[in-house]
Amino acid sequence: MNGTASEAQVDPEPTTLLRLEGISKSFRDVEVLRDIDLDCPPGEVHAIVGENGAGKSTLVKIIAGAHQPDRGSLTLDGEHLSFHHPRQAQAAGVSIIYQEFNLLTDRTVAQNIFLGREPTKGPLIESRKLEEDTVALLEQLNVSGSISPRAKISDLSVAKQQIVEIAKALSFESRILIMDEPTASLAPPEVEALFDIVEQLRQRGMLIFYVSHRLHEIFTLADRVTVLKDGDQVTTTGIDSLTPDSIVRLMVGRELSDYFPEGADQDQIGDVRLRVHGGSNHLVSDIDLEVRAGEIVGLAGLEGSGRTEVAEAIFGVEPFEAGTLELDGESVSIRRPRQAIDHRIGFVTEDRKSQGLILPLSVLSNSMLPLYTLSRRERREREEVHEVPEGSSLTMQLADRVDLRAASLDQEVRFLSGGNQQKVVFAKWLASDSSILLFDEPTRGIDVGAKAGIHDLMRGLANRGAAVLMISSELPEVIGMSDRIVVMSHGRVAGELPSGASEADIMLLATGQSHGRGGDVLHPVGDEEGSSTETGGDEPTTVSDDTEDDYREHGSEGVSR
Amino acid sequence: MSILTEDRSDDPVRSLLTKFDLTDMQSGVWLVLLAVMVLGWILVGPDFVSGGNMTNMMVRAVPLGIVAMGQTLVILGGSLDLSVAYLISVVTVLSASVMDGDPNNIPLAIAVALAVGVGVGLVNGLLVTKGRANPLIVTLGTGLVMKGLLSSRFAAQTGSAPREFQILGYGRIGGWLPLSVLLLLAVFMIAWWMTRSTRFGYHLYSVGGSKEIARLSGVRDDRVIIGAHVWCSVTAAITGIFLVARLGAGSPWVGPEGVYDLESIAAVVVGGTALLGGRGGVPGTLAGVLLLAVLDNMFNALQVDGFLKSVLRGVIIIAAVASYALRSKRKDVDIA
Amino acid sequence: MSDTTPQTGDRQVQRQRPAPSRRDRFGGYALEHLKASAPILAVLIVILVSIIFLNPAFLDPPVFLAFLRRTAPLIILALGQLFVIVSGGFDLSVGSLITVTVVVAAAVSAGDPDALIPVMALLLVIGLLVGLINGLIVTQLKVPSIITTLGMLLILRGAVFYWAGGSPTGALADNFRQFGREAFDLPLIGQLPYAVIVVVLVALIATRLLHHTTFGHQLLATGGGARAAVMTGVNIARIRVFAFVLSALSAVIAGILLGGFAGVSAQVGQGYEFQAISAVVLGGAAIGGGRGSAVATVVGALTLEALFMLLNLLGLPQPLRETVQGLILIGAVVYAGLRLQRAG
Repeated sequence: MNGTASEAQVDPEPTTLLRLEGISKSFRDVEVLRDIDLDCPPGEVHAIVGENGAGKSTLVKIIAGAHQPDRGSLTLDGEHLSFHHPRQAQAAGVSIIYQEFNLLTDRTVAQNIFLGREPTKGPLIESRKLEEDTVALLEQLNVSGSISPRAKISDLSVAKQQIVEIAKALSFESRILIMDEPTASLAPPEVEALFDIVEQLRQRGMLIFYVSHRLHEIFTLADRVTVLKDGDQVTTTGIDSLTPDSIVRLMVGRELSDYFPEGADQDQIGDVRLRVHGGSNHLVSDIDLEVRAGEIVGLAGLEGSGRTEVAEAIFGVEPFEAGTLELDGESVSIRRPRQAIDHRIGFVTEDRKSQGLILPLSVLSNSMLPLYTLSRRERREREEVHEVPEGSSLTMQLADRVDLRAASLDQEVRFLSGGNQQKVVFAKWLASDSSILLFDEPTRGIDVGAKAGIHDLMRGLANRGAAVLMISSELPEVIGMSDRIVVMSHGRVAGELPSGASEADIMLLATGQSHGRGGDVLHPVGDEEGSSTETGGDEPTTVSDDTEDDYREHGSEGVSR
Repeated sequence: MSILTEDRSDDPVRSLLTKFDLTDMQSGVWLVLLAVMVLGWILVGPDFVSGGNMTNMMVRAVPLGIVAMGQTLVILGGSLDLSVAYLISVVTVLSASVMDGDPNNIPLAIAVALAVGVGVGLVNGLLVTKGRANPLIVTLGTGLVMKGLLSSRFAAQTGSAPREFQILGYGRIGGWLPLSVLLLLAVFMIAWWMTRSTRFGYHLYSVGGSKEIARLSGVRDDRVIIGAHVWCSVTAAITGIFLVARLGAGSPWVGPEGVYDLESIAAVVVGGTALLGGRGGVPGTLAGVLLLAVLDNMFNALQVDGFLKSVLRGVIIIAAVASYALRSKRKDVDIA
Repeated sequence: MSDTTPQTGDRQVQRQRPAPSRRDRFGGYALEHLKASAPILAVLIVILVSIIFLNPAFLDPPVFLAFLRRTAPLIILALGQLFVIVSGGFDLSVGSLITVTVVVAAAVSAGDPDALIPVMALLLVIGLLVGLINGLIVTQLKVPSIITTLGMLLILRGAVFYWAGGSPTGALADNFRQFGREAFDLPLIGQLPYAVIVVVLVALIATRLLHHTTFGHQLLATGGGARAAVMTGVNIARIRVFAFVLSALSAVIAGILLGGFAGVSAQVGQGYEFQAISAVVLGGAAIGGGRGSAVATVVGALTLEALFMLLNLLGLPQPLRETVQGLILIGAVVYAGLRLQRAG
């Protein structure tokens, strides 16, 4: 084993259930995981933490058979295994529960659990056995009273659906269970129930991988933690040797290179163009945000913290239900993207393939689309101002401006590389003269060379007077690009930081630790009711201190991958 | 999509249905059917709900009902079959010709009919799965192929069904229960049993619900869809056989005349099965077929002009599907 | 599907400007349309050559133009259907709408030539309304287009005959029928049927609408990526309604032409919608939207009719032409399906 931190265990476990050695994975020349070693016994809850993009998802998908590692080996119970399909992993005893469940909503609990493995006598389903087997599984989880095997999935709450997924894993007699952000959509009592189940499973000897960024949960549940950063395994160690603070510092902390364009001077920053005050809907609450002309405001936070939801609210996709939205000092109501575009707001979405571009259409068509949706009068006005007629001349000019590399303007965008696709999305908003720009993960999936180009573009836009809100999970990018940083957590604004902030500063706010604002691991920021516990006085730590508002965030921040 | 759904498993009606494992009953449609019967009673008179009239209505529903059972299976799997009308015609013509008035030929005629059904179903199924073809268009194509072959060889009624066979069309048990209705009920029970109690049925629903999830669990989606198409064509063949018993001969126009293609789809969607698949079931289709038959009968009794009936039929189909669509509250609904 | 798909070493390579759009070059548009219709055009040429080989008279303008006149309604109908298919749906009601057009025209005008303008206006209004209703039901009530237009098919068929009292009454005035039937006398060519002029006009308008207007762009965007289209400000509901209106109007125009040379009958539009869909599929439009070419659709319709003509010349019995149409349809849609799958 290479030089990872030593495993500080109180009771050395002689048995190893799962061993990973040297697991590495790249996607198209980008290394996503580098030399991961793990040695996990049965009956352990092993947390995996790291920022967005650290490689957590890839790692667990490799364990679950959804990805194949480029190098390295996986040993399960002493046997060298290589999964080429999730079903093989499942058969070997590894189950994974994704954030978006793999359940058929119109079928029943029993039908879902045993899909493809129904007990049959010839062509006939043995429904009694099916039901009995299902009840037996539910009984193991102590829920046979509240979940009927005949219940339709669509009639069940998210928490119960999750339990069905767990029951499904049990039905495979899984030895290893992977849970990816399991509590994102659960209410505190449901979180409690989940914890009970996890504890139960642990006592039965299951190895549970728990991917989460909710540090207080990890401190309750986990035995050991693996911290990933940029594909590296920073440490794997017992939870007792860590504090939330130290975990955060392990997750972040890089050398900031100076390849970011220079920030704006104070006098370059103009008036407030966009102001949100008290913005709330069922996904985020009480958002206060300001963006001025010429500045780039970085919006940081963990996945599920509500950043995309704020942008979508401003853009009219999921509008605010309360609070005000002001553009250039005037209160406006934006209930559809159309209206946002009319107000010259542009939104570079997180998922360019399904939301940013029309894949079968050409560069030309995609670039001109928002412009074409404006009224003829507006387009004529635009043309008078710019002198470049819309259509191919304008597109060519924009292509030059964004440094687009494509064979021709007629090329279908689905053939372009990620970076160039992103540039087309930029060009699109430039075409319609957007002066308030919302960027959601603008350089995700783009390599270093192209990233710099995008950064230059963004700063160039700001320097020409645009007001830019940039959502990013890459802390160096947030720090390097922003003139101001707003951090979100649990659907709310957790705090604001100036341009020189450190990664740790940001991460502490993002994980709900408030550095010097009176909170700690037991009481994440946002808890207005103090430290009341919900489960008697026996447990030294409790996890259900989130208030009513905190769990209203439903963790549906876009489609994460 | 993790929507924070409210827990509806405590809803009393649903609990009751769940307890008796009848959640696929599509009870809504049956209630509407009942309401329409009551309406008929009010508007037309007690004769409307008399035994004689009821059996009458059911008999008229038989041919469409049989093929609609098969269409339900195909739609549940996420596919569609527009070739049934011409297949029915082909079957009537072929089996009547084989029978040729001789009762000894009956078994052979039935065998031929079913074989043709299986064959066409296989072709449809393979084209949709291996050929990756759009089901609407490709079954339109196979229907046209059959139409052409049919009209090139047969211009008039052909063959003849022996008297003994026509019992299927007109016979009654105990003087009142038509054999034809029994046939429909038999097909219905088989179809219902298939969807509820066989592995094929379970897998059919899952493929229709989400092909990816089904595949991920090891379900052979191609085979399931091919199977559904085969069953659908077989029911079309059975309808054809039945129609021979009614008509006494084979007829090349009987399929398109009955508009069995579009009408079977209409019955299926009115009965609550989603056009995209994965949801609904055979009982709903039966109710849908009966509903259409009852409405037809009521309009006739009220002497509603034949053409106006067509208008009402169209409106009802749209309204029924609209009510399901609006209730389902799905955000991005595929419009095709 | 991973998100981390970088281009390698972009910065290092000297940037090559993208080639300008074909549209900027002279004849660029034509080239674009040619490219889109290439496969089906090839088929058409083969068929035409075979026809000419078997029947050299085909090269005579009267014969050739008569062929075009016969094909005109199908071309127009297919173009209308193209708009709906590109936006992701189907319009099954156009056949009935053709029947409605003819029956209403005959009944209202009763052969009176002075009624021409009002009758035409009425027909266009009917088309507009039908398309509007189809579109609204699909977009607002969320009923799938197959069901909606199927329902409309039944409604139209029933409504028009109910209104006409059971069977077509009245008659079509001669000046009404001229569009379908009459022709210009021209020096060299002889007779140029009005229908040909109409279809050329419609084809030009359709091509322009689909490929050179913002509406067409938005339509292709709606079909190619509805979510992204919405995020770019496209009002997809309005676009889809418009597509249905265009389809309905095309049915009305096709009906006027058909009534012209076929006269009034109750079956005049029957089954036409499926022929139109066949033509669109042959023209290579992607079912489920986003890709389609007006020119290729025209070629598709011509190919269909030319094929029938060829089969006639080869002595194939009339009914079998439907079999052949079916086989072609199957071939075209399987080809499209497999190609789509390979493209990922």
